[in-house]
Amino acid sequence: MSGYLSIRNLTVCLKSGAPILRSVSLTVSAGQVHGLVGESGAGKSMIGKAVLGTLPRALHVTSGEIWLDGVNLLSLSQTERRKQIGATAALIPQDPLTALNPSKRIGPQITRRLVDILGWSKTKAQQRALELLDEVHIPNATRVMRSYPHELSGGMRQRILIASAFAAEPKLIIADEPTTALDVTVQKQILRLIAEMQQRHDTALLFVTHDLGVVSKVCDTLSVLYAGKVVEDAQMNRFFMRPIHPYSAALLAATPTYTDPTGSLTPVPEHVIEYVEKEVAEHDVRAAR
Amino acid sequence: MRDARGGEKRPIGMRLWLSGGWLTVLVLAALCAPLIAPKDPLMQDLFLGRLPPFWMDGSEPGYFLGTDSLGRDVLSRILYGARLALIVAVIAGSLTCIVGATLGLVAGFYRGWADRIISRFVDIWMAFPPVLFAILLIAVLGPGLTSIIIAIVVIDWTRFARVIRAEAMSQSAMDYVASAQVAGRTRFGTMMTEILPNVLPTIVALLTLEMGIAVIVEAILSFVNLSISTDSPTWGGMISEGRTSVHQAWWVLVFPLITLFLTVLSFSQLGEGLKDRFDPVLR
Amino acid sequence: MTVLRNILIRLLTTAVTLFGVAVIVFVVIRVVPGNPIAMMLPPGATDADIAQLQAQYGFDKSIFQQFIIWLGGVMQGDFGQSISLRQPVANLVLGRLPATLELSIMALVMAMLMGGAMALLGTRYRDSKTEAAVDVSAGMALSIPDFLWGLVLILLFGVLWPVFHISGRISPSLNIDFSTNFYLFESLIRLRFDVWADLVAHMFMPALALAIPLAAIIAQLLKQSLKETMHLDYVTLARTKGYGENHVITREALPNAILPTLTLVGVQFTFLIGGTVIIERLFSYEGLGNMAIDAVINRDLPLIQGIVILFALLFTVVNLVVDMLYVVLNPRLRHA
Ligand SMILES: Nc1ncnc2c1ncn2[C@@H]1O[C@H](COP(=O)(O)OP(=O)(O)O)[C@@H](O)[C@H]1O
Ligand SMILES: [Mg+2]
Repeated sequence: MSGYLSIRNLTVCLKSGAPILRSVSLTVSAGQVHGLVGESGAGKSMIGKAVLGTLPRALHVTSGEIWLDGVNLLSLSQTERRKQIGATAALIPQDPLTALNPSKRIGPQITRRLVDILGWSKTKAQQRALELLDEVHIPNATRVMRSYPHELSGGMRQRILIASAFAAEPKLIIADEPTTALDVTVQKQILRLIAEMQQRHDTALLFVTHDLGVVSKVCDTLSVLYAGKVVEDAQMNRFFMRPIHPYSAALLAATPTYTDPTGSLTPVPEHVIEYVEKEVAEHDVRAAR
Repeated sequence: MRDARGGEKRPIGMRLWLSGGWLTVLVLAALCAPLIAPKDPLMQDLFLGRLPPFWMDGSEPGYFLGTDSLGRDVLSRILYGARLALIVAVIAGSLTCIVGATLGLVAGFYRGWADRIISRFVDIWMAFPPVLFAILLIAVLGPGLTSIIIAIVVIDWTRFARVIRAEAMSQSAMDYVASAQVAGRTRFGTMMTEILPNVLPTIVALLTLEMGIAVIVEAILSFVNLSISTDSPTWGGMISEGRTSVHQAWWVLVFPLITLFLTVLSFSQLGEGLKDRFDPVLR
Repeated sequence: MTVLRNILIRLLTTAVTLFGVAVIVFVVIRVVPGNPIAMMLPPGATDADIAQLQAQYGFDKSIFQQFIIWLGGVMQGDFGQSISLRQPVANLVLGRLPATLELSIMALVMAMLMGGAMALLGTRYRDSKTEAAVDVSAGMALSIPDFLWGLVLILLFGVLWPVFHISGRISPSLNIDFSTNFYLFESLIRLRFDVWADLVAHMFMPALALAIPLAAIIAQLLKQSLKETMHLDYVTLARTKGYGENHVITREALPNAILPTLTLVGVQFTFLIGGTVIIERLFSYEGLGNMAIDAVINRDLPLIQGIVILFALLFTVVNLVVDMLYVVLNPRLRHA
């Protein structure tokens, strides 16, 4: 099975040589939702950034391939790669408060790239932006287009960022914990909105989260990440019935909604951590050879 | 846990060594000027006017860097000029530092009306063009070494006061100051034993910068003929003379200018280097 | 309401500052031991002559009375009579102000262009040799004051490779009658480009000398601010939209990075204006600063007072303009 996005043996290291991603492989098929789960610091965001070409300067890809729409991104020059990404993929960022340019009005932040990069006419881009804002259920779209980000609420801004992500009809969307920074009351709406938009536009979606509960609602397949290493890759249904890796099982047990709806949080047990740490260490030894 | 972010090492300042080296040479030259100067810096000889430096045609042995229009030896004048420059740097710099830092410390630590008065004066001072202020003061006080020193102190104390006030304020907000207060130390005692040692690195760095500024101010005042009497050699005076005859005898301008340039650069690089070294945020 | 209150407080402190400046100048220059009036008269003038002239300039009264009289005149726009030039101070000072303003603004523009270019270069090629080179040259440029840069420029472009004029504001041979003292501006709108070029050739070096230290400050502050901005999420997001790095820096990061730099540049611009005093002297440029030094040397008390007050006023106006610009450029404050 080769998907729309296919990452093969991707290793990302710090300048010092310390690995951040350890031979990561994962596949997102066209029109499917793939969950990427792991605790904070596991390297989930770095996978998204490696795909989009926005890794922090301290990090770099040491080996592996990233195939997007049949092209290995890592074989392209920086400019070509940006063009390719801009034409095929988009990001829904984690924090809507910092992801909009504070000195620009909302309208241009959605329409500019359609004009600049895709060569649309201004009116066509404008029209498209209004449609999209309607799709993400923003009332008063014309007025919102003229506002500055600081005049809008967090939920509103995340809707705008979702609209903006879908503007150029990308085939792949990467959503990096898109609800974490929001109020609990808004989280559900945004989640539903992303799922709705994904289905309507039939895009592939790489959904990054630390919350297995959220994954169960929206994903078709998922990868579990620990310390930059994929410990389990599974179909959704199979995973929730019978997780294979002890770490996955422990993670599932730690998610209140699935084991016990009354919701007591059990931490991942010590011996499981030891087990998975040993695996990671063995991987490093193998990689060093 | 797995954060292996490499600790960044800051390079130990090459510039500290270079600038320190130049200043040491300068101090030695100033101290030994009578021994090493090849000529009497005041001796005029109109037959030997505007001799070029040694590598050019028409130079005279013994006048390494040429002579000015009155036939005075440029090298000897630079060496003797270093004396005045360094005296001004050290005395004016230290006095400015003492006055400014004290006021800044008091304003930042005691706050209240003392702070209000000092800050208002700083504001007023900031509205003066400093060079004009200096010239005005010299015109009033009359030319001379003491006048220059007084002028520099009067103009530049605000530079210390502003920075030290801000530092003292942020230090006062720290817990250890409060605990010293609780322990029953007097306000003054707390200021001297808790605040002062912590702002001392900043004071030292500023002092070094100020010495460079003092050298420049002296040169500027000599340049507008308001420094000390015209017959003692000063770099600014030489530059002023060199500026008027730059088309006939460029060396009269160039050599004192290079000396002044390197000296000011060294003081400032030394100050910046010390600031980086001591800055607790960067350390 | 608070806006109005802030403006009021601002105006009040400005007034207090200006008043303080006036008092200090007034007191300082009246401690002058020499008698400025005696210097004006030919040798052999009698004491009676001196007394009469002193009365004419009001120097026979106490400092306090003199101050009150002077202040009363200032309120009506009368800054007294220059002793050495025998003209009203207000006319003299306002006649020279345009020259100094043109020089300062030209220097500011040059500083912003040079500093901005250095900051952008350092950001585009950050963590490389290019950024290190930007840092080193900015550090050097900052360590050396405008006076020394002026001298270096005279040697480089006046003597070694004489492409610019090293003294004056305009070539005397040019025959043009200006109707204002804003020569640079006026020659432009009258389309006298030959005159304009001549003015620029005179101004270039003094303006550059003033601009170099400010350019270095702008380069450092703006680069710092840009580099911080480059890590922000909306910049990263712009990268994923397919834009090149140059576009990302200039269009996404720059507009936001400029704001925090602006206030600091405002204060630095007042330092630059202060620097015109010695730089105008160095390049024999006929501006306010050059006139100020002459006034001090000639002990022309009314003229000194007028010039110092004008400088102080200029500084406060610059600070005010910068604060207003900050509000205009910042969308968050614009609608408040
Ligand atoms: N700029 C950076 N420089 C060095 N290490 C980084 C940087 N950003 C993140 N890391 C490291 O990369 C690892 C993965 O981070 P990330 O992908 O953000 O985790 P998460 O799974 O929570 O999204 C973390 O251990 C973090 O320490
Ligand atoms: Mg993350």
